[in-house]
Amino acid sequence: MTTTPSGPAFRLDLAGLDTRPAQVWGGVRLVPLVRAEPIEDLRLHQELYEPEYAAVPVGRRTDYLAYVPHGFVADWAQDGTPAAAYGTRLDAPSAIGATAPPERIRVRAPRRLAKRESRTRLRFLPLHLALEGYLALHFGGPTIAWEEWSDRAVRHGLSPRAEEAYAGDRVRGLADALRVFEIHPGQCGLVVYVADALAAAFVVPHPDDYRALHRTLLLDLYGELIHHYALLSAAVPDFRADLRMAGPVNSLSELRAAVAGQERAWTDFHDDTMAGGLLDPDYRAREVRRLGRFRLARFLPEFRPKQENHIGEAITDEHGRLAYLKTFRLSESQVRRGHLLERLAAHQWHLPSAAASLGLTEPQLGLRIEGAGFASLLRQDVLDRYRRAALRY
Amino acid sequence: METYGDLVAAEDVLLFVNAAITGTGQREFHGGAAEQQLSLEFLHEYMLINYRGPYAAALALDINDHNAALIVRRLLETSRDATAEQRHAEGRLIARRLELLPPKRAYRLIGELRRAKVNNRRTRAIVRDWLAARPDQTLDAVKYRAGLKRALRHTHLRPAAVETGDFLYAPRRRGAYQAPLLDTWRRAHHQQSALYELPYTVAEGFARRHGIPRAAFLERIEPRLTGLERLRLQESARAAGATAVTADGAALARMPLTRLASYVLGLPPADRVARRTELTGALRGAARRAVRAAGAEEGGWGRVAAVLDDSWSAYGSGVKRRRPLAAALACHFLLAALAGEYTALWTSGRTDALLARPSGPTPLGRRILDALDTAPQRLVIVSDGWDNAPPGLAAEVLRVWRTRLDPEHRTSIVHLNPVYDAEGFDVRRLAPTVPTAGLRDAEDLPALVEFARFAEGRTDLAELTAHLAARTESFLAAGATGRRPGAEETVR
Repeated sequence: MTTTPSGPAFRLDLAGLDTRPAQVWGGVRLVPLVRAEPIEDLRLHQELYEPEYAAVPVGRRTDYLAYVPHGFVADWAQDGTPAAAYGTRLDAPSAIGATAPPERIRVRAPRRLAKRESRTRLRFLPLHLALEGYLALHFGGPTIAWEEWSDRAVRHGLSPRAEEAYAGDRVRGLADALRVFEIHPGQCGLVVYVADALAAAFVVPHPDDYRALHRTLLLDLYGELIHHYALLSAAVPDFRADLRMAGPVNSLSELRAAVAGQERAWTDFHDDTMAGGLLDPDYRAREVRRLGRFRLARFLPEFRPKQENHIGEAITDEHGRLAYLKTFRLSESQVRRGHLLERLAAHQWHLPSAAASLGLTEPQLGLRIEGAGFASLLRQDVLDRYRRAALRY
Repeated sequence: METYGDLVAAEDVLLFVNAAITGTGQREFHGGAAEQQLSLEFLHEYMLINYRGPYAAALALDINDHNAALIVRRLLETSRDATAEQRHAEGRLIARRLELLPPKRAYRLIGELRRAKVNNRRTRAIVRDWLAARPDQTLDAVKYRAGLKRALRHTHLRPAAVETGDFLYAPRRRGAYQAPLLDTWRRAHHQQSALYELPYTVAEGFARRHGIPRAAFLERIEPRLTGLERLRLQESARAAGATAVTADGAALARMPLTRLASYVLGLPPADRVARRTELTGALRGAARRAVRAAGAEEGGWGRVAAVLDDSWSAYGSGVKRRRPLAAALACHFLLAALAGEYTALWTSGRTDALLARPSGPTPLGRRILDALDTAPQRLVIVSDGWDNAPPGLAAEVLRVWRTRLDPEHRTSIVHLNPVYDAEGFDVRRLAPTVPTAGLRDAEDLPALVEFARFAEGRTDLAELTAHLAARTESFLAAGATGRRPGAEETVR
């Protein structure tokens, strides 16, 4: 299957979400995002899966196997009326004292990555849409069977394709940081920084959803980069308020103005500078499903080496306003792999022209392909020739 | 003449007092138990070696029982290093403090001394005097059997009565006891009805042994419960189906303020709403009593504003549930009684104190601004000092207020912190310009506000020493007249 991301380039926009002061714990900085008006007609809640592994059939004799700690269920209303979180029951007042918990649908092995459970309910596995999008990038392999590519590459493409990530509880300090984090009233999102590198952004439609899903950040996946940063970083400093720059203050109202200025300064600094790597670049989105007036899409970056690159999934409404967002920061080697595949695909997998566009010689590109872990794509004798050539230089 | 050394000494003593008021070696919101204990251990060691006099004098202050026991143990362990004069002063302080400790803590302390193999003459004399002053050794023998046994063994003392000795060391030697309580204990082994004449904690074990259902047991033991036991048990008793265990209004009216606040916060919000008049009345009454006990005047503080922290971190931890919030709530009612005109500002923006619950961030800076808007004569901040929305804003607001808007100190500002910060070896401070004091019980607030002035700016060691001496005097003098009103009662 080849899922080349399509669709127009777009940018992530945190409009409607206000940035509030960060809370720091060790090397982790958590920045809350607060929604002035919660989205009432789309609700998310969590499903916990008991089996450790989930197998999703994605094609004939092909399974998508994943560790899936939890899934999200999105409920939406057709006519814009408030939707109730699944599990809410209406009871006669006398029955409220009864302690029977609401029934839940048990999902043993999820059938699809995003599955419609009823007319207005969709279950999807958080981050897996995004990761699948990344893993399936040019999954089909060479589109033209140039002689350098191995038989296997032509027949099976990149399969099997593997990437590594760490679960949130392996990221040092993240569990404690989430535990002592004080959730703001109206909070609908969180941006996680580890050693001041943007690790993940998470946005949900409603504060109640956020309250319920806050802990699931620990069940999410984090890249190798974030794991290593957390392990090695020292504590990051607080951005403390500083009124010395505000000039002389002669009354309480001036002091109040200076305080408001400080709060604005932090918001601007965060949105422009700290989150710049997430918000500034263009992404290519691919719609996965429509949910009423909302649409669920996954997006990929343009794979710029040596820069921040995030993949993710988002639910946006008809005006492009974010209702749900979850991102994953690619580590440097993952970015390089993505970049390489993109370049190759752009030149129909023709090695000499791809090498020329990267400013490399053909043997150098061959070795780069090997270094990226795609050695099995090249014919062995071709690879040997590249190695010899590289030794000669 | 102030020297640099004096300044350091004064700061160290203040730091230790704050730690001893707040630190309990239990898990807090931001730190684990082991961290807390390690941090406290270090402080005690440091104080003992460098400032033995003030270290002992801390016993006269409102420090908590955990630290009092630690101080007593360390002083007794190191008797050899003390001069005769120091030993005399320490002996009186220790004896007085032991009287105030709940008996179970005192017995545990003696057990720790035994484990540490501390058995010098001074220790034996102190334990002897304390045991002699216990009102009823027979009750202790039943209720704190292991503790008393250990204490007598360790100090080679004879029990007050021969019978008690038999009871402790060879309970099967006698077919019957003269003392009614001892005999009840003997009978309770085989006669179910007898166990209802024993103290609750002892009877509980027997009930389990006889397989008595919890509800039936609670119904019948109810008359033997102490006030605190009744309060502690009433929720679980209701769940078990025993309706007799209820804390009546009279019991609530006798409770100390902070404990009452803790109790109120433990109730579900619906109960708090339903019992609003009763609970508010009890809290106000407790606050008035606390004001009188502190020797202050109701309404004597003029215009007061309070910034009270009910952020999520006020939850404390599983072992100190809602403790910081309870301290804030108790301070709220105490300040309302002390103030002529009172404004309370909770960090969450809620206005109904009775329904306080820990949630949300800590925008202390904004709330302090709101409080200063009311032009108060006194501003009291009760918070764990984790100012995070945005961080450091409270410090900046307070600094600007002190340096630019109120350099002549028209408003006196004090920060009270109920949480020990293990990493900083002190309670967390908001700003260097504002004194911070540790807070254990809201009842101590007037004394703490007085004490906090030492933490403002340069501390004068001579003045501090004089203050400690005065507190020691009054502490020992109170021992001659009677027990502290807040001291725990053992039986009803």
